[in-house]
Amino acid sequence: MISRSPLKIAIASGKGGTGKTLLSTNLAAYLSEFEPTLLVDLDVEEPNDALFINAPLLSTANQHKMIPVWNEQECILCGKCARVCKFHAVVRLGKTISVFNQLCHSCYACSELCPTNALPMQTHIVGETRFFEKESLSFIESRLVVGEEQAVPLINKTHSIAQQKYNHIKTHLLDCPPGTSCPVVAATKDAHYVILVTEPTPFGLNDLALAVETMRQLGKDFGVVINREGHGNSSVKEYCQREQIPVIASIPFQREIAELYSTGQLVYSTIPAVRQALEQIALVIKEKGAAR
Amino acid sequence: MKIAFTAAGTTWDSQIDSRFGRTEFIVILNEETQQLEVIDNSAVKNEAHGAGTATAQKMYELKPDVLITGNGPGDTAATALKNLNMKIFVDAHNLTLQQAYNSYKSGSLKQL
Repeated sequence: MISRSPLKIAIASGKGGTGKTLLSTNLAAYLSEFEPTLLVDLDVEEPNDALFINAPLLSTANQHKMIPVWNEQECILCGKCARVCKFHAVVRLGKTISVFNQLCHSCYACSELCPTNALPMQTHIVGETRFFEKESLSFIESRLVVGEEQAVPLINKTHSIAQQKYNHIKTHLLDCPPGTSCPVVAATKDAHYVILVTEPTPFGLNDLALAVETMRQLGKDFGVVINREGHGNSSVKEYCQREQIPVIASIPFQREIAELYSTGQLVYSTIPAVRQALEQIALVIKEKGAAR
Repeated sequence: MKIAFTAAGTTWDSQIDSRFGRTEFIVILNEETQQLEVIDNSAVKNEAHGAGTATAQKMYELKPDVLITGNGPGDTAATALKNLNMKIFVDAHNLTLQQAYNSYKSGSLKQL
């Protein structure tokens, strides 16, 4: 067999709280019963898969971005740096050049254009990646430092770690942040298939439609998983039918699932309906892998 | 004394713009000459990020003694303004510049 790059499955949603973590963690554990699987928690602003994946921590690594640091001795206060900064991260405040790290996009313009090299770029810690391993399940999460505003660079960095370090694992599950903004685009951009988790409520439908629009713009192949099926209404199903979006599985609205979840447990081994949903999703993943 | 206002317009009867970073105009009253100077800040509308630091930089160039505004600068802008010797008075929303100035003079505006 020809070796190929991993199949990347993103688990995303428009609305938060629809069940991305529930699905990601259970699906990862389930798939790893059959073959080595990697789970990547890309919700770097609030990663929580680790609460459910009971695996030992192997190692951690700091993640950085490059930011300019002002060298007062070299500076002639010409203000070029402040003029070229698109993000107003570098400003001239009287006789001081101030760098606002949280606004800096590491474009190097100020540093490169400074006539006296007074703004050399230096590393700045933005987050940490943690590596876990348990039997056939590998799991990594990245966590942004509190106060850091930009999730995208850390998400991109985590992608490349997964790519480099876990290239031998055939299936990568990417647990994405909620919403439809830049972090979601960054998290899903390399995915071969996107699972959009939703719930059968008006909120779920509204945000699903936004997520669908985003995925179509990105040219992604995607399907929907309806969580908490049985409460709310049928509008999500009708929407998917109308838009010809496959509903690849449903997870029922059951108190027992919520109870297990609330104590940090995986549910598929005790709730048959969840295992059944995972079996259906696994089949779709297999098809997507074969069709590549 | 130079008094700066974040303003939605360019005259004494314009409303205070309650925002600092994204204020439409900065109007400066020179108390000695009673002249108004207007600085157009509307280009900041096109900026997705950094409006606060950009407007703070303008304040360092204009060097007013007092700023009268609405909500007050956000966290980042406040950090940027820290070394500028400028008193900041807030909560002047819904007032015209004239009314805000009178309130400041009578001591009824809140100082940050």
